[in-house]
Amino acid sequence: MEFGLSEDQRLLEDSVRRFTGDLLPLERIRELAAEKTGFSEEIWQGLVDLAAPGVIIPEEYGGAEFKMLDAMIIQEALGRTCAPVPYTGTAIMAPVALLSGGTDEQKEEWLPQIAAGDCKVGVGVTENINIREGKGITVSGGKASGDALFVIDGGPADLYILAAGKDNMVIVPRDAAGVSVEPLTTIDYTRMTCEVTLDNVEADLLGGEGGAGDAITQTIMAGRLALAADLLGAADVMIEKAVEYALERKQFDRVIGSYQAVKHMCAEMVTELDPYRSLVWYAAHAFDEVPEEAHVSTLLAKAGISEAGRFVARTATEVHGGMGFTDLMGLHYWYKRVNVDRQLLGGAEVLREEAAVAQGWIKAA
Amino acid sequence: MLFVMLCGIGINAVDCWPLRCAKTLIKICNREEGPMDLSYGPEYEDFRSEVRTFIEKNKEKAPAPGMGMQHPGQREQEWQRLLIENGYTCRTIPREYGGYGAEPDILKTVIIQEEFTRANVNSGLSGQGIAMLVPTLLERGTEEQKKKFIEPTITGEIYWCQGYSEPGSGSDLASLRTNAYVEDGNFVINGQKIWTSSAHFADWCFILVRTEPDAPKHEGISYILMDMQTPGIEVRPLVTMTGAAEFNETFLTDVRVPVENVVGERGEGWKVANTTLKHERGMLGDPSQAMGRVESIVRILESETMDGKRLMDNPHYRDRLVAAQAKVHALKYHSMRLLTCTLKNEDPGVSRLIVKYFGTTLSRELSDIALDALGEIGSLYSGSKHLRSHGSWQWRNMFDLGLIIGGGTSQIQKNIISERGLGMPREPKVAEGK
Ligand SMILES: Cc1cc2nc3c(=O)[nH]c(=O)nc-3n(C[C@H](O)[C@H](O)[C@H](O)COP(=O)(O)OP(=O)(O)OC[C@H]3O[C@@H](n4cnc5c(N)ncnc54)[C@H](O)[C@@H]3O)c2cc1C
Repeated sequence: MEFGLSEDQRLLEDSVRRFTGDLLPLERIRELAAEKTGFSEEIWQGLVDLAAPGVIIPEEYGGAEFKMLDAMIIQEALGRTCAPVPYTGTAIMAPVALLSGGTDEQKEEWLPQIAAGDCKVGVGVTENINIREGKGITVSGGKASGDALFVIDGGPADLYILAAGKDNMVIVPRDAAGVSVEPLTTIDYTRMTCEVTLDNVEADLLGGEGGAGDAITQTIMAGRLALAADLLGAADVMIEKAVEYALERKQFDRVIGSYQAVKHMCAEMVTELDPYRSLVWYAAHAFDEVPEEAHVSTLLAKAGISEAGRFVARTATEVHGGMGFTDLMGLHYWYKRVNVDRQLLGGAEVLREEAAVAQGWIKAA
Repeated sequence: MLFVMLCGIGINAVDCWPLRCAKTLIKICNREEGPMDLSYGPEYEDFRSEVRTFIEKNKEKAPAPGMGMQHPGQREQEWQRLLIENGYTCRTIPREYGGYGAEPDILKTVIIQEEFTRANVNSGLSGQGIAMLVPTLLERGTEEQKKKFIEPTITGEIYWCQGYSEPGSGSDLASLRTNAYVEDGNFVINGQKIWTSSAHFADWCFILVRTEPDAPKHEGISYILMDMQTPGIEVRPLVTMTGAAEFNETFLTDVRVPVENVVGERGEGWKVANTTLKHERGMLGDPSQAMGRVESIVRILESETMDGKRLMDNPHYRDRLVAAQAKVHALKYHSMRLLTCTLKNEDPGVSRLIVKYFGTTLSRELSDIALDALGEIGSLYSGSKHLRSHGSWQWRNMFDLGLIIGGGTSQIQKNIISERGLGMPREPKVAEGK
């Protein structure tokens, strides 16, 4: 038995962390966030050179054919540095959608481009979790119309894969006639979600008419996993920063880290967060290897880490005092990353309700 | 493989990142060796079926499961002997001391635990003697002590209590004042212990006593084995909030204990005790107990009704249950991660230190949910036809609080986590040298 990262995975973790760490010191994050595009060509190109966009794509389509757990290691590293790259949509959700629902032609058309880093994908599945403001996309007679809210990584995307009802996903290039994209600027300027509106757009349906039901489920699951991993990375860094600051900052002639109130805040943060690292790993492992447990594990992982993450984001900020509240310290980039990860693709209550349904405790509403 | 190469070249600046090579190298990576292998492998699965067969064949002989708050009787002792003979408890204790004498194999230990829990069959005796004293004796005891005490302890003939805490010394245990001087080859012990679990029926006590009054706080203590039948010991049961007398006050007046009953050297008792405390902390992070509680609460929510509706259909209780379940699952895989570290001889650092605080808090959260779901019925404790599970949820809920306090309170755990785990400054030691 072995539960943990393999030697290879630790090296992967170490390498990606060093790579993003080198490229994204605080000043750089600040500059990039100010652009509010959710995209840095330089970082993305680095990931492309590392073959990261094709991390889970099979070799026959030019990918690295790694496991979901490997993909999550990269995602966590991106969360640690608030990396402004469309990795979640492009490297995780879109490949999962195409692989689990696409026709051979669709896979052949898009997967090699994604793996090569030539096609960034925004993925919209929000309306299949909960519908707000009556939004959603419908398909009739081969044409798609409607609005998709909070399309993940929609800002920099070249291509959209959007759920349209329970059983369909449409694949639409950004420059297709009838597509309009409006940025939804959240508190987190390091990623860009969008509202994508389709007006009678020629729709290529994933897997053909009514063929995307399973793909939607899988895509949502993969997206939630990625957000949980991203949150893990961002929150973990917040604890490190809080401890570091507590050991430097002096008040009443002592470092504040010598006050028990502050020590206990730090102890509570690590106690709340650390066990979820293992659950995120397990859920990612289950995605590939234990499909019957993947759904519930993912729901519990994201629901749980969202609560832990909110607590960490708030507490780590408090440890920094007024400095934590300023822009100067930059701590807020991680705070925002955590809190947007929490909201996207289902908040904690939504996920817990779904977990109760998935375990057969109640019927679906 | 890939990343060994990348790291080998040394990546400091982005410029030297051999990015172009990465793509080809990524494929050289040996993806055969599975990162996560949650199966135990064929050798262990064979072992598992052996355990299962044993349980199936012998379970009639087993006393009811659960840690009795009383001295092990004949039935418990016979069952314990059978388990030891077959290597299903006290597995790694050497044969010469009455154990089974197997090489340590934590996976087999886990499998045994899993199978007995699954079958809901008594998995043998527990308690502070077996869990804490025996490992301490194996590490620090003399040959005579091991010969004399280990076998009768593991078979349940000798039941032990732990005499550490005093009225003035709880979290700050090393400030203890119960003292002993030496006269005619005996320690003569005077003082008072408190919260001594099981002292009212225990045969022996491992006790911490100040024997070197002039030495610094931590260097003046000895770890002594004391026969509870010795004249001068008075045990007064302390009724706890559960209504039972689980622990006691223990008064010691001129209690004479032979000097050879010291474990380790005189004055080394603090170090010896820490061997024991290490084992106590390890005892408290068991996710299978929490998994079992989730299942029990699911049964409550599915079978109990409120206003004619299943409790499970009430979103408040359901939501709290799933929130706690997420923590239970996190703890489950966290424990597997720690287990893997143990197998590989790696130090998981702060990840291990959080277990007592996380686990005991979570247990209490679970029993809170069960009680709240039962509503007014949940407040019943005994003697009513409306009682559920013999009132055990109230008992557990109170006892959970005992476990939060005992064995190092949550606040002490947080001190340990922040100091040893996160490298933050130690608490000022005002009382040092007293
Ligand atoms: C169910 C149960 C069984 C027990 N069994 C035994 C037994 O068999 N043998 C035995 O010897 N003992 C036993 N104990 C005693 C147990 O180990 C002590 O109760 C425990 O160590 C706390 O000590 P105390 O009760 O003196 O509390 P105190 O140390 O007085 O603590 C009171 C409060 O002050 C806080 N506090 C103390 N020091 C600090 C600090 N440095 N920083 C922050 N907060 C602090 C504590 O967290 C707590 O909240 C048992 C206790 C319980 C509840």
